Amino acid sequence: MSHHQLDARRLLCPMPVIRTQNKVNELKPGDVLEVICTDPGALNDIPAWCRINGHKVLETKKKNNEVIVVIQVNHS
Amino acid sequence: MAKAVSLISGGLDSLLATRVVMDQGVHVEGINFFTGFCVEGHTHAIRKRHEDRPKRNNALWVAETLGIKLHIIDIVDEYKNILLNPKHGYGANMNPCLDCKIFMVHKAQEWIEKNGFDFIITGEVVGQRPMSQRKDTMPVVARESGAADRLLRPLCAKNLPATLAEREGWIKREAMHDFSGRNRKPQMALAAHYGFVDYASPAGGCCFLTDENYSKKLVDLWQARGKRDYEMDDIMLLKVGRHIRPRPHFKLIVGREEGENNFLQGYAKIYTSLKTTSHPGPLVLLDGVANDDDLLLAARITARFSQGKSAEKVIVETRRDNGEEKILEVAPLPPSELKEEWHV
Ligand code: SF4
Repeated sequence: MSHHQLDARRLLCPMPVIRTQNKVNELKPGDVLEVICTDPGALNDIPAWCRINGHKVLETKKKNNEVIVVIQVNHS
Repeated sequence: MAKAVSLISGGLDSLLATRVVMDQGVHVEGINFFTGFCVEGHTHAIRKRHEDRPKRNNALWVAETLGIKLHIIDIVDEYKNILLNPKHGYGANMNPCLDCKIFMVHKAQEWIEKNGFDFIITGEVVGQRPMSQRKDTMPVVARESGAADRLLRPLCAKNLPATLAEREGWIKREAMHDFSGRNRKPQMALAAHYGFVDYASPAGGCCFLTDENYSKKLVDLWQARGKRDYEMDDIMLLKVGRHIRPRPHFKLIVGREEGENNFLQGYAKIYTSLKTTSHPGPLVLLDGVANDDDLLLAARITARFSQGKSAEKVIVETRRDNGEEKILEVAPLPPSELKEEWHV
């Protein structure tokens, strides 16, 4: 299990979701990915994408103007 | 079990078409293409006044409602060629719908080949859209995309010749529909039958290119630059603010509210920008080239859209794209001098 980060700042939805998807596809089950965004829409869209595709959202948080979503990969 | 991929736009038709096929016991996954012009997301993300409405991505919502996976594919770069050189031309505005559909189905065909799926589903309905969904153009989509009879349109399949999915017995003809034309009642009835509520119903089309004002701004951009081309930043900025072209070689993008001003702020270092400091006012970006006279005119227009519009003098802070800063004291441009034809 390894920890990864994805900088999706300044991208507007659905780009943060697309970047998350493409990154997750490179990772192994159990890996953790932390996505940092500035579009607050990502707070809804990335968890929705995770629910659909079976990945687990470990944490969502807002810090200053940034939105952070932490995901655990689960390729089913 | 047969496997199909469904083109999910986020609208009602693809939601229904997918469900019809799922009911036949086919394994379905969704695919959604991002061209950069999609109505989804952006404007809601930008404009503050939409903040009260929970923002959602409709394609993701459809996939979640159906309980299927969704693959979102970025086709921004490849789409440029479709929009700039559509073999079948444009619709009422700058929408190259027929070429666009052919391209998306072609990408879906590539995807099913790579992933070992059997056929492709779309929510198309004969006669529903003036360009891409006509009786004579629907076979063109199947043929030119290379999908041929791997393309299934469950909402109107009863009006069309049988395709592979039917012949192989993966899906029964009786289970499909015979919708046609622009009447939306059958779709709404089917949605009610499935208990789908709260679905999106975008007017016109799935992208900004069907919008007359957006198309005008795009054509204006090409004319001003003397070439038909665009970058992602251009197409994003066309969605935001008031666009005013007082001279052929530059235009101004004037934020209309706080959300737009914040969004434009992200571009303030790449473009020449203007902002009133003596009075509250919008952030203005200048796209193009401007000499000192042009900058002065831009400052007067900026003042015109500020709360100092009736003041004698307004102070405008200007910052050129090369970093050069200048403070100007100007008289706001009177309404009579702000020509109607400057509005793009
Ligand atoms: S409305 Fe836009 S996205 Fe939809 S088919 Fe036409 S060009 Fe393509």
